[in-house]
Amino acid sequence: MFLIKKSFYSIFLNSIPIVILFFLVFTGFDLSIATVEFVSFNFVYIILFFYILKKPESLGYGLIFFSGIVNDIVLGLPIGISSIDFLILSGIASYFRNLTLRPSLLLDWMAFFPSILIVNSIHYYIIKIIFEMDLSYFFLIMNCVFTFLAYPIFAILINIFNLKKLRNQNV
Amino acid sequence: METNRDDFVIAIRSAFLRKGAKQKFSLFVLILISVALLSLEFFHIKPLNTFRALTKDFIYRSSFIINLPFQSISKSIEEVQNHFEMYREYGTLKKTIKNTSAIENEIKFYKAENRELKKIIEEESNLIDEILVSKVLIDKKSPFLKSIIINKGFNFGIEKGMAVLDGFYMIGRITEVNYLSSRALLISDLNSKIPVMIEPSGAKAIMSGTGKNYAILDFLPKNQKLENDNIVYTSGSDGIFSAGIPIGKIKLFEKKYRVEFFSDLSQINFIKVKLKKEKNSNVFN
Repeated sequence: MFLIKKSFYSIFLNSIPIVILFFLVFTGFDLSIATVEFVSFNFVYIILFFYILKKPESLGYGLIFFSGIVNDIVLGLPIGISSIDFLILSGIASYFRNLTLRPSLLLDWMAFFPSILIVNSIHYYIIKIIFEMDLSYFFLIMNCVFTFLAYPIFAILINIFNLKKLRNQNV
Repeated sequence: METNRDDFVIAIRSAFLRKGAKQKFSLFVLILISVALLSLEFFHIKPLNTFRALTKDFIYRSSFIINLPFQSISKSIEEVQNHFEMYREYGTLKKTIKNTSAIENEIKFYKAENRELKKIIEEESNLIDEILVSKVLIDKKSPFLKSIIINKGFNFGIEKGMAVLDGFYMIGRITEVNYLSSRALLISDLNSKIPVMIEPSGAKAIMSGTGKNYAILDFLPKNQKLENDNIVYTSGSDGIFSAGIPIGKIKLFEKKYRVEFFSDLSQINFIKVKLKKEKNSNVFN
């Protein structure tokens, strides 16, 4: 009974990144702060970059692709655009993982900024040039900056959570 | 130097082309599938519309269910805030109610007069407006997107372009219709462009959303002077909306005209969709 309970618990803990990812895309959660209009974060980017960099086995590319489709439908974007964003970000994170010998939070953080800039540039060009929709460049840049600033906070929190998870599994 | 270039190529190849232990597709294949989906969306391939509508319905409903606990929390917070504001509003409402009844009578007179005048110039529309009340399933308040998902689709006769009202006030238009749900783009969204008329001057312009809680006026005639609290109505010149639906009032801010909406777009639970139906003419019976 104890073993079943333990394995169920470990499956639950391992699937947490997937649960968070799908929760974020289904709710379209961006934590826009009501009083300051231009403050918003893209948590999906943080989750994807962090987990692909640190624990790539916890998020499958198929699921990332599917979460992009859901995100597009919920946000009313042309279907496929978020999948491209998410997959390219995953690719960049995976590339950095292959290159990095000694990972550190600071290096990850520095790599995160150009990555989201590349992804958001692609997003902006597809929306503006191909689909001829309006998108505020200012909001997008502010979103990039605040997502970048939020990364270390969430990375530390996820690291603490992962350490606790490891301890529980060892017990 | 050559080794560095090789490292770079190997890292790129490994990131985009290699499949992980549990992965069925490589990143590159999935990106290609996404591009294919995006091009289907770009070319609006019709045979896929039914599938697209069903998928969207399913995802909207799932999103609504996942959002339920958070919606109830935010609703209870709003209710508490509303209670605090209630007493302050009570005083101002008491004053406005006195004026409203007088204005209402005046409007009734103008409506009757308008109907008579239309008969005279034989321009009475052969369309009548029918109102459909609908519930808001998902309410997006992101700075990038101001839209709502409602729980009625083309099974209730909703069509693209129909006006969406909050009470008597225009708040958006239908931009996407599925079987059981529809998306309405709010007037505050960056992509919202609505032909409007400003009273009492009668000036016409295009009202563009800004992504914030006000809109701006484009194509306003040069040297056109407006005053604070002038009312903005739909002009109906696009042939999609009826004319005369109130939207908001003019506020002059830093020498530019802004339209402040009558409705609070962040607090919408139920909306009305203006359906257009042809009048049953009994002329030949």
